[in-house]
Amino acid sequence: MSKGTLRQILLLTDGCSNSGEDPVAIAALAKEEGMTVNVIGIVDNGDLGEQGISEVESIASAGGGISQIVYAKQLSQTVQMVTRKAMTQTIQGVVNKEISQILGEGKELEDLEPEKRGQLMEVVDELGETMDLDLLILVDTSASMKNKLPMVQEALIDLSVSLRSRTGNNNFALYSFPGKRKDVDKLIQWTPQFDSLSGAFKKMTISGITPTGPALQEAIRLVRKRMKKRGSDSDERFDLEEAGM
Amino acid sequence: MRDSISKKQECKLLPNQRIVGRWQRNSYRIIRELGYGATGTVYLAEGRGELVALKIASDSMSITSEVNVFRQFSKVQGPSLGPSFYEADDYVSAGGVYPFYVMEYINGQPFLPFLRQRGAEWTGILIVQLLKDLHQLHKAGWVFGDLKPENLLVTENPNCVRWLDVGGMTIQGRAIKEYTEFFDRGYWGLGNRKAEPSYDLFSVSMLFMNRGYPSRFEKTQEKSFTRLMTKFRQKDVIRPFEPVFRRGIEGKYKDALDMRSDLIQLLHGTTFTPKVSISVKPKTNITRREQKKIKQQQPSNPKKRRSLGVLESMLVASFILVVYILYLFGQTM
Ligand SMILES: Nc1ncnc2c1ncn2[C@@H]1O[C@H](COP(=O)(O)OP(=O)(O)OP(=O)(O)O)[C@@H](O)[C@H]1O
Repeated sequence: MSKGTLRQILLLTDGCSNSGEDPVAIAALAKEEGMTVNVIGIVDNGDLGEQGISEVESIASAGGGISQIVYAKQLSQTVQMVTRKAMTQTIQGVVNKEISQILGEGKELEDLEPEKRGQLMEVVDELGETMDLDLLILVDTSASMKNKLPMVQEALIDLSVSLRSRTGNNNFALYSFPGKRKDVDKLIQWTPQFDSLSGAFKKMTISGITPTGPALQEAIRLVRKRMKKRGSDSDERFDLEEAGM
Repeated sequence: MRDSISKKQECKLLPNQRIVGRWQRNSYRIIRELGYGATGTVYLAEGRGELVALKIASDSMSITSEVNVFRQFSKVQGPSLGPSFYEADDYVSAGGVYPFYVMEYINGQPFLPFLRQRGAEWTGILIVQLLKDLHQLHKAGWVFGDLKPENLLVTENPNCVRWLDVGGMTIQGRAIKEYTEFFDRGYWGLGNRKAEPSYDLFSVSMLFMNRGYPSRFEKTQEKSFTRLMTKFRQKDVIRPFEPVFRRGIEGKYKDALDMRSDLIQLLHGTTFTPKVSISVKPKTNITRREQKKIKQQQPSNPKKRRSLGVLESMLVASFILVVYILYLFGQTM
């Protein structure tokens, strides 16, 4: 039986948005819709800059996710770590809400006895292992990203190896932005694993603009569409009671 | 709400500071910091009438996860499966509530520095010990996960490997919680990240490799398996272990005991060139046969012998100096 689905958007970028809506606002919207937005900022030739770094952090924070600034070389370990951590964080968020419902407003995990805390944490771990994950990956393919794409490709395959080792089901989709005519272009549609990504980045367009906001907006639409299609009930992402709480 | 947990200030404790647990009311006196990791800081402390290691964190989630692992093990813990767990509690200070837990203090030397002073056979011996413990762990339904030299300590008298950091320990069948690329078969494209005994045995093989390449290395376009084998053969200190290394990275071993008996077999059938710096060899833990071997190899030429003697006493002197400095350091901390 399914315990529900975690929905994440992972944004990989190396620069500041310079066109369209404010990505921070769009990320906040994603959060409202029960999704999590994680952002990895890639610094290589220092092209991210202070403004870029602060944007990366703000998007993730508004999107209820995690951000990390890394060198392209460290991408593999970072991508899988950010994804896993964000999954746990989302589950913890729900569990914490649950706690304040049980213990009263403003109460936190620390107000539980260590032993009880342990039992709760076990549930969090268990859910992280068994819940399904829909992950839409959004890769910035503006000109400066070109030489980083082989590393992005490697990191995504590595991520697939990590997630496939879980018990829960995974579904990935890969999009790039800016697209040829639209805000984003589909590179790979929903699939349970990335076996080979060779060629995936071939058809993308290299461009000077970085419309991060519009791209995020399109990503939300795509995740939502999939959600509807799978006939998921209401916006309850998972049920704690069902998980043995 | 989540943020209030993760963004809380890190908790720094000072020597001689006393902390009392909010639930159990036990008191601990901090002696000095032992180290810190992603989830918290570990202190040497005194409490319950003995020396203990106390780990304190700002994030109660990940530390609770570690405590859970410990609690699982207090049931199966043999004499040397990681540090024993004593208790978990909270420290309430003006800055907030900081969860901590208390465990056995393991007084030992880091794994690679210990080996660096000794002959190649020692790598094999410590790994034989480690495999026995790993087997216990696997039998209990767990996998170590993040196995690497930084998580291993070697105690004195007798010299034994012990492990630290239960953060990566994962229930078999789940996805590995924490890993380090060099020791991870997924990174090398030689397997998945499912928690199963063979995952740990791959990392054990890479412990040998790390002994030969202290600063490690990264993957390249070349086929990983071929590259690892070539690299392994290039280092004298590890080359004798090649057959065991190979089966470990190929996932050929049925379990840790299987790898262990293979390694023991290999140790029996191999003569390792002893290290020249005899003086640093520990007096204990050398079998009589080995002692004899060392004696035989000592040069008979009296002149040469004297120079060796001088070298030896110099080494001893500098060793004592180091110990003394460490002692002073320990006093002032
Ligand atoms: N029980 C212990 N006895 C002695 N020293 C310890 C003990 N536990 C930890 N230490 C020391 O404290 C350091 C930090 O421990 P910790 O487990 O937090 O480190 P880590 O492996 O970096 O962890 P993390 O998983 O949090 O990143 C260790 O490297 C070790 O030197």
